[in-house]
Amino acid sequence: MKIHQISLFIENKPGHVAAPARVLAEAGVDIRALYLADTQQYGILRFIVSDWERAAKALEARGYVVKVTDVLAVLVTDRPGGLADVLGALDGTGINIEYMYAFSDVRGDEAILIFCFANTDAAITSLQAAGVKLMTSKELLKN
Amino acid sequence: MEASEVAIHSASEPDYLPVGELRAVQLDRLRAVVTRAWQQVKLFRERMDERGLTPADVHSLEDIRRLPFTTKSDLRDTYPFGLVASPMEDVVRLHVSSGTTGKPIVVAYTKEDLEVWTSVAKRCLAGCGLHRGDIIQVAYGYGLFTGGLGAHYGAEALGATVVPASAGKADRQIMLMKDFGVTAMCCTPSYFLHLIECAESMGIDMKKLPIRAGIFGAEPWTEGMRRRIEQSSGIEAFDIYGLSEIIGPGVGCECRRHQGLHIFEDHFYPEIVDAETGEPLADGSEGELVLTTLNKQAMPMIRYRTRDITRILPGVCECGRTLRRIDRIGRRSDDMLIIRGVNIFPSQVETALLEVEGTLPHYQIVLTREHGLDKMEVQVEVTAQMFTDKIEAMQGLHDRLQGALDRVLGIRVRISLVEANTIERSEGKAKRVIDRRSL
Repeated sequence: MKIHQISLFIENKPGHVAAPARVLAEAGVDIRALYLADTQQYGILRFIVSDWERAAKALEARGYVVKVTDVLAVLVTDRPGGLADVLGALDGTGINIEYMYAFSDVRGDEAILIFCFANTDAAITSLQAAGVKLMTSKELLKN
Repeated sequence: MEASEVAIHSASEPDYLPVGELRAVQLDRLRAVVTRAWQQVKLFRERMDERGLTPADVHSLEDIRRLPFTTKSDLRDTYPFGLVASPMEDVVRLHVSSGTTGKPIVVAYTKEDLEVWTSVAKRCLAGCGLHRGDIIQVAYGYGLFTGGLGAHYGAEALGATVVPASAGKADRQIMLMKDFGVTAMCCTPSYFLHLIECAESMGIDMKKLPIRAGIFGAEPWTEGMRRRIEQSSGIEAFDIYGLSEIIGPGVGCECRRHQGLHIFEDHFYPEIVDAETGEPLADGSEGELVLTTLNKQAMPMIRYRTRDITRILPGVCECGRTLRRIDRIGRRSDDMLIIRGVNIFPSQVETALLEVEGTLPHYQIVLTREHGLDKMEVQVEVTAQMFTDKIEAMQGLHDRLQGALDRVLGIRVRISLVEANTIERSEGKAKRVIDRRSL
């Protein structure tokens, strides 16, 4: 259920997103999803890629500091209330979302939500108990 | 003589002591201070013992060369009061300056010490042609730093009107200068350049204000800066020298001839030594300035290594003062940085970074000067150990670094978290300080 997301520390300057993207391209790694959390001075660039181990290795070889984080991917129907239903499953559980991001799946009328929880295992239990469909990395990364 | 000249001359009287008398005063005071330090300061006595010396071995001023040196690390190692030679109840003031690591150094003053300090600061200002009737604005920081209070009491003792503006708020400084008709300013030279620019932007021509003199110190500057200041503001710029370990501002100052800084030798005995070997050098040779406080009570400094590189100028100044002069201080023999008048050592930055992270990340200090004000940026590479995937945690790291650096350095610095392996390394060793300030 857990998806390996890789994160990079980058400075908030021109070209600092392009450079790691190029490293991934050269390593033949496909970027499935990308999210940039930024402050005025720096940012954290988060990727979900076709092969996280190869990506991490290629980036580290170029001097980047790479962090691998477990996240969960939820497939929701791309319709009003889709997100609210998922979040509703967490009501009253005390489970905290560290951050989340979403992207539309080009394959159809579905959206994929990526969640990072303070406690991933507890989140898996609660979401599954509420009938929320968690994607495996195989499902997420298939072409 | 005009009344103002008489006043100046009377304030400067000790500056003109015949050389024979001056040397006799120095020797008397040297013997007394060595005796006092030997009796009261354990570290000094131990070092004298190691050399088989007692105060009775000081027969002439040349014998000072046999005495042990005192260094900044001695001040740090004996923090806070290990070198105090007076009973603590006689200590009436404490000031603090930067040490080479996290701990600052402390300097203590008795009532008599403050009187000496005030008298030398007064002599500095008198030598710059200031007197009763002048309005002197002090824009050095007031507080633990010796700059503000040192200049303040000197100006008051001179009988001048003092405006204790302290540092910062340039527009208010200019308003005070203009409204009060300030005739002299005490601050760092870079800050005065900033004030000139600010005045321009406020539509005020400093050349039209009554100000005629600036007494600038607490940081290295150049003849080029002097010309810029004088040409753009119409004032006469003076270089003043001092350091907290010895007393504060007032160890030496230029007179109106501007040919070196007279050292107030009746209180501070200057020597020049080879910075590496510590061997004394003849007057005229460049080396490290070593100073002995000849009559300091609370904290006598015997042969204090200032790390400032200069030379004692040969010959006598045309002004008639018998006090020897040193050249403008151009550089130091250690890696100390002077930022807005505050002494900073790169090792202090390391101490603060270590405190937060436990290990030392690669870092770099970048110094710039914006609008005449020094800015210090510490760039810290984000290592795997420091990096987390959460913005909140990174902000927390940033805040912890900021807190530790502010506390250790005592001045505000800008922290930049930078990507790993991006600080340039030369032969595996990073260049720690990039100084982009143009003096």
